[in-house]
Amino acid sequence: MNKAWIVGALMAAAASLPGQATAHPASAHRAGAVHAAIATGNVPAMPRFRFENFTTANGLPDDHVFSVLVDGDRVWAGTNNGLAVQENGKWKTYTTADGLAHRAVTSLALDKRNGDVWAGTMGGLSRISGGRIDSFTQLNSGLSNDVVYGVSIEGENVWVATAAGACRLNTRTGEWSLYNERNTPMNEIWVYGVSAAPDKVYYAVWGSGLLELNEKTGTWNKYDDPDGENEAVVLRDQGLIHEITTSVSYVDSVVWVATYFGDSHYDGRNWHNFLTKDSGLPSNFTNTIKGLDRNRAWFGTDKGLAYFDGTNWAVYRPALDTGKPQMTVRDAAGHVTEIPVATAPAHNYILGIDFQGADIWVATAKGLSHGVYQH
Amino acid sequence: MRRRLALVAICAGALGLVALGHPGVTAIAAQQDEQYASPLELLLSPDGSRLYVLCQGTDEVRVLDAASGRELQAVPVGHVPRGFSLSPDGARLFVTNSWDDTVTVIDTKTDAVTATWKAGFEPSSVVEDRAGKTLYVADRIGNDITVLDAASGDEKETLEAGRGASYLALSPDGSRLYATHVYPNAVPHRTPPQSEITIIDPVHARVVDRMKLPAIAGVFHIALSRDGRLGVAAELHPKNLVPLAHVEHGWAFVDTLTVFGPAVGRTVEVPLDELDHYYAMPFGVAIAPDGSRIYVTNGGSDCVTVIDTRRMLAYIHAHPQLFAEDLSASSHYVVAHIAVGKNPRGLLLSRDGRRLFIANRLDDSISVIDTHADRVTQTLRLRGPKKVSALRRGEQTFYTAKYAFQGQFGCSNCHIDSTFDGLLWDLEPDGFGKDIVDNRLIEDLRGTEPFKWNGGNPTLAVECGPRTEKYFFRSQSFNDLILADLVVYIRSLPSRPNRFRTASGDLTPAQERGRVFFTRTVDKLGQPIPEGNQCAYCHSGPKGTNQKSFDVGTGKPTDNSGKLDTPQLMSIALTAPYLHDGSAKSLEEIWTIYNPHDQHGRTNDLTKDELNDLIEYLRTR
Repeated sequence: MNKAWIVGALMAAAASLPGQATAHPASAHRAGAVHAAIATGNVPAMPRFRFENFTTANGLPDDHVFSVLVDGDRVWAGTNNGLAVQENGKWKTYTTADGLAHRAVTSLALDKRNGDVWAGTMGGLSRISGGRIDSFTQLNSGLSNDVVYGVSIEGENVWVATAAGACRLNTRTGEWSLYNERNTPMNEIWVYGVSAAPDKVYYAVWGSGLLELNEKTGTWNKYDDPDGENEAVVLRDQGLIHEITTSVSYVDSVVWVATYFGDSHYDGRNWHNFLTKDSGLPSNFTNTIKGLDRNRAWFGTDKGLAYFDGTNWAVYRPALDTGKPQMTVRDAAGHVTEIPVATAPAHNYILGIDFQGADIWVATAKGLSHGVYQH
Repeated sequence: MRRRLALVAICAGALGLVALGHPGVTAIAAQQDEQYASPLELLLSPDGSRLYVLCQGTDEVRVLDAASGRELQAVPVGHVPRGFSLSPDGARLFVTNSWDDTVTVIDTKTDAVTATWKAGFEPSSVVEDRAGKTLYVADRIGNDITVLDAASGDEKETLEAGRGASYLALSPDGSRLYATHVYPNAVPHRTPPQSEITIIDPVHARVVDRMKLPAIAGVFHIALSRDGRLGVAAELHPKNLVPLAHVEHGWAFVDTLTVFGPAVGRTVEVPLDELDHYYAMPFGVAIAPDGSRIYVTNGGSDCVTVIDTRRMLAYIHAHPQLFAEDLSASSHYVVAHIAVGKNPRGLLLSRDGRRLFIANRLDDSISVIDTHADRVTQTLRLRGPKKVSALRRGEQTFYTAKYAFQGQFGCSNCHIDSTFDGLLWDLEPDGFGKDIVDNRLIEDLRGTEPFKWNGGNPTLAVECGPRTEKYFFRSQSFNDLILADLVVYIRSLPSRPNRFRTASGDLTPAQERGRVFFTRTVDKLGQPIPEGNQCAYCHSGPKGTNQKSFDVGTGKPTDNSGKLDTPQLMSIALTAPYLHDGSAKSLEEIWTIYNPHDQHGRTNDLTKDELNDLIEYLRTR
């Protein structure tokens, strides 16, 4: 096991000894945000939210929301029936009639330089810029495949994950570069997720682990599950938790990886894996992962939304049995405490996560949820 | 009505004088080594004493005494400068060098070049924000706006603009930046063109809106009134979906303005033409300081149109329906046409609005108009060749609309700035929707004969002579000398720098892989590719054409000919749409959609990444 991880866990455990009122200075769930979280007894302070849920009844074009993106006051929701944007409290929907490549919007990314939004859809890649939509497909452009699962922006490059390989569009030159089994160590070409930074780009390849592109050298690395096809985790923390990767998030030189069989954390030297049996993860089936920094991340699973602060876990969901709003906190010792809450995300099946200051937005299979930060 | 006819006569009279003054061919042959200044844009120093003239032909900014026209200084800049502007404090002059992809920074106190900054592909105009922190550069080939740090020249970001982004205008309060573009945005095949005015928040460097301009292709300068309540853009409204041969029905172009802003209340397209005469190629726009007049240069008609703003707004408010094609409208608000020099482009009002300066690009002069009298009171002659060369006369012919029926249009309407227009045209009088043809770039044409998509015109003289006169212009006004000059000019047009080649000239790995596919003779299955299906057979030689016609399987039932001329490949990356009828919106579509049986080259054995490589190579041509 990663030594640093052990040290961190021990420190965290010490900080939450019974009888001590813990007020974690690092209770901010988002980098840069400082929350005056208050611990309840021995329960670690974890961010609390009042969830406001949006559905077709509130103006969304569809309840099935695949992706969410926040850009300042604007919130974008990629749904099964169009791309919606909330501005000034009102939802506006873009459809194929407006030029959107396909009605089903699976992924969203923001070009922070200019505010353009890129939408991966089931029928191509769309750029939404100042209200104009330009769509790129496998027929009219160099896009590798029309089924786009993930998109990430870094500088002038748009990195895309598709059902037939990965690709990159250089927006300055218009050049498309394709990455597949012929020029990378990709065994499968079903690419589910992508996360790009100036130094490295990571692709989550469904059935082919994690691919890393070093942008300076142009070389590829492949990270696989050391257990191979064996579903049992034999070699814990020795590598990627599973080959069926679904989402990746690269932040602070740390890569967080989601799979359908648990999640992984890799700092460039050591791996640490998360499974329901020994963490607060509500399910090993994880659709999406968002790292906040080296230690903290959010997880979108099929059984709720989870937050890991480096030590403790919080889960937000409608209770699996009653459907009533539920928040649970699991401390470093594994003690789970239920926190009374009045609201929860719209559904347990979480597909997308983004942040708006201290607030969180969550795309679910039955609506879009806005978690308004309470404390 | 009498006043309008009289004004038409003024313009026509000026054109007649030009024709009478046409010198003989032999008289000008010796002038080739000296460059014409070709003034394109104008600026005044904040105190009004110095007139800056952007001389595209000599790659310089000339500084004139604004009163006398005496040249004070000539500042060399980059190649083919296209736009310039002063910083808000007047201390710096920024110049876009369209063929160098740079911005030259000039200190206006010393007239010295202090910096040269990298911009996007073919920078065409430049504006600094009110705070003096950010520079916005419209890039014609890049189709974007490069955002530079105004202190260091470092690129901050790029903003997606319209295709052929070219002209910028900052609102008086500095809160909005407006950008136009000269080529239309992509639309479905055989649908009306679409353009936009891109609206930018210059404080945050973000596109906040795009004003749609339906049926417009070719938007040039844009201006805002001092109170910010009125915006005006000069533009072309082509009628490319009906046979161009019916010019007598007015089926070619309407020259219009788009007006917008609180004073208008909506976005309205306003025609400039009259029922029996056109004012071709509206380019520059200026609004009087009190907003009472709008001035527009008509580059193809050698005049300036003067509009009474109050009357125009009254007409707009009384006519809520579209009236862009109602050529009776202009008589209600156009109050004068002032004849100026050849191919008037940039225009500039003095601070008090009393004097209007016009850059006459093709006779190296600047007309100074008294705006109270609406007449030219002074003509400033720029240093340069005294005689007019054959090439120069050819260029004048290319840019004038005087040879077309009712002065409707000239060569440059479809070949904007001697390029192309991004449109497909229904040219022939053979019925609606027959023989649709994509417009082609006309650079570096030597060795690409024959012309026309069916290869029917063996020479430029045939292409530009009887065909143009009879079928396009509906006139027979070219004589042999005019035609010879025009051909000289068109043959002289060089190919612009290719932005997709590396500085060393070496191909990138992807381009090299693509070159191998382009030149291969055996397919991936090991089968020989028939000669006619090899890319490099038809697209052979340095220009990428063997000058023969082939049936590549892209013909349509509406075409009159099955065989098509092999088009040259130079600057192919810039000239979408593709195929003879423009049915392919991108290079990719040529093969992903329109080559199902490998008639247009053996390509169906290629994977997607291999096709991308082939396209990367083509983009270097």
